[in-house]
Amino acid sequence: MTEVTTPLWEVFIRARNGLSHKHAGSIHAADSEMALQAARDVYTRRGEGQSVWVVRSSDIVASDPVDKDMMFEPTATKIYRHPTFYEIPDEVGNM
Amino acid sequence: MYSQGLIGADGATEEDEAFLQAFQKRIDAELKIEPNDPMPEGYRKTLVRQMSQHAHSEIIGMQPEGNWITRAPTLRRKAALLAKIQDEGGHGLYLYSASETLGVSREELTDQLLSGAAKYSSIFNYPALTWADIGAIGWLVDGAAIMNQIALCRCSYGPYARAMIRICKEESFHQRQGYEIMIALCNGSDEQKELAQDALNRFWWPSLMMFGPSEGDSVHSSQSMAWKIKRFSNDDLRDKFINATVPQAEYLGLSVPDPDLRWNEQTKSYDHGDIDWEEFWRVVKGDGPCNRERMKNRRRVHREGAWVREAALAHAQKREERKQTSRMAAE
Ligand SMILES: [Fe+2]
Ligand SMILES: [Fe+2]
Repeated sequence: MTEVTTPLWEVFIRARNGLSHKHAGSIHAADSEMALQAARDVYTRRGEGQSVWVVRSSDIVASDPVDKDMMFEPTATKIYRHPTFYEIPDEVGNM
Repeated sequence: MYSQGLIGADGATEEDEAFLQAFQKRIDAELKIEPNDPMPEGYRKTLVRQMSQHAHSEIIGMQPEGNWITRAPTLRRKAALLAKIQDEGGHGLYLYSASETLGVSREELTDQLLSGAAKYSSIFNYPALTWADIGAIGWLVDGAAIMNQIALCRCSYGPYARAMIRICKEESFHQRQGYEIMIALCNGSDEQKELAQDALNRFWWPSLMMFGPSEGDSVHSSQSMAWKIKRFSNDDLRDKFINATVPQAEYLGLSVPDPDLRWNEQTKSYDHGDIDWEEFWRVVKGDGPCNRERMKNRRRVHREGAWVREAALAHAQKREERKQTSRMAAE
């Protein structure tokens, strides 16, 4: 058995130009070059991508689900940030 | 591939009632659970066990078919079989990485498979003796897997559900290429048709076993249902599979090897004969026709690949060190 573990990478794929890269999953690879190759083999066997990003999973900083309310709840009460909050007479037409 | 009704689940959990109720409320509201969300230990353990069994099944499942790559009858069949087997390897990898989001490492999962501590689907302990078996495997084994996996696309655990959606998209070609092989054989010579019938005879019952035993009123299974890790009982999925598959066998002009198989007008479903669960447990516990061979191959391949993994890591480390030295020199 190997003692050292092979690093984990997160894979992001751009399906086609005009779209942003989207998280597809993760893979293990010793370095960035092999990570890209593995990502291609594992996640783009059917033309799913035009571009691939790989990022060391350990480099990702994530918010803690425990802080979810503190982080995101305040935006739910600010309904004046949405267009439907404002009343425009029908005669004015689309705005 | 290939999932099976979970073998030996233990959903026992020790959190307090308030925590469990809050969790259940989220599940009941159809909210997905994501990796770092608080979850009962029993939920986590059941998922790790089920997802890793599923991953191991995909990996071991490459062997019976891999056996026929060099003997595929045409280049078209060979290319399709290679692509299918590569997909199965991919499925294993999606599922391993989804399992790892629950805090187990790839190395631990691999060790569990190689040491025999982890199970995989019993179906892969049957040999693929003839080319017709490759047809039957795609048609029946992937067909049964699809039934199971479509249900899992709505699993409450986000990473598992997402992996399943991806896998289901890829599976349908697997089943179609298998059925196409069966069609070709059934339209061929008498001998070819006999091969097809023989493959159906051997793979029918083991395919039904893929859904796992009837749960009756198993506590573990009802916990999995309540947590929406699974959505249908093993028997329900098995019946769905039989109802979908019998007409396909009829189209081929083959007979399903079950004298008790009968359409039931009342239930609008087929009644089937008794499944030999003793055989199932024998195979799960290691005494199927190919268990030893499958594990021996897997261990050998892992051992033979060790130097590649070590070399890749050493190479990565060397390059990293060089980069640092040149950075320091530049400063
Ligand atoms: Fe698969
Ligand atoms: Fe498959």
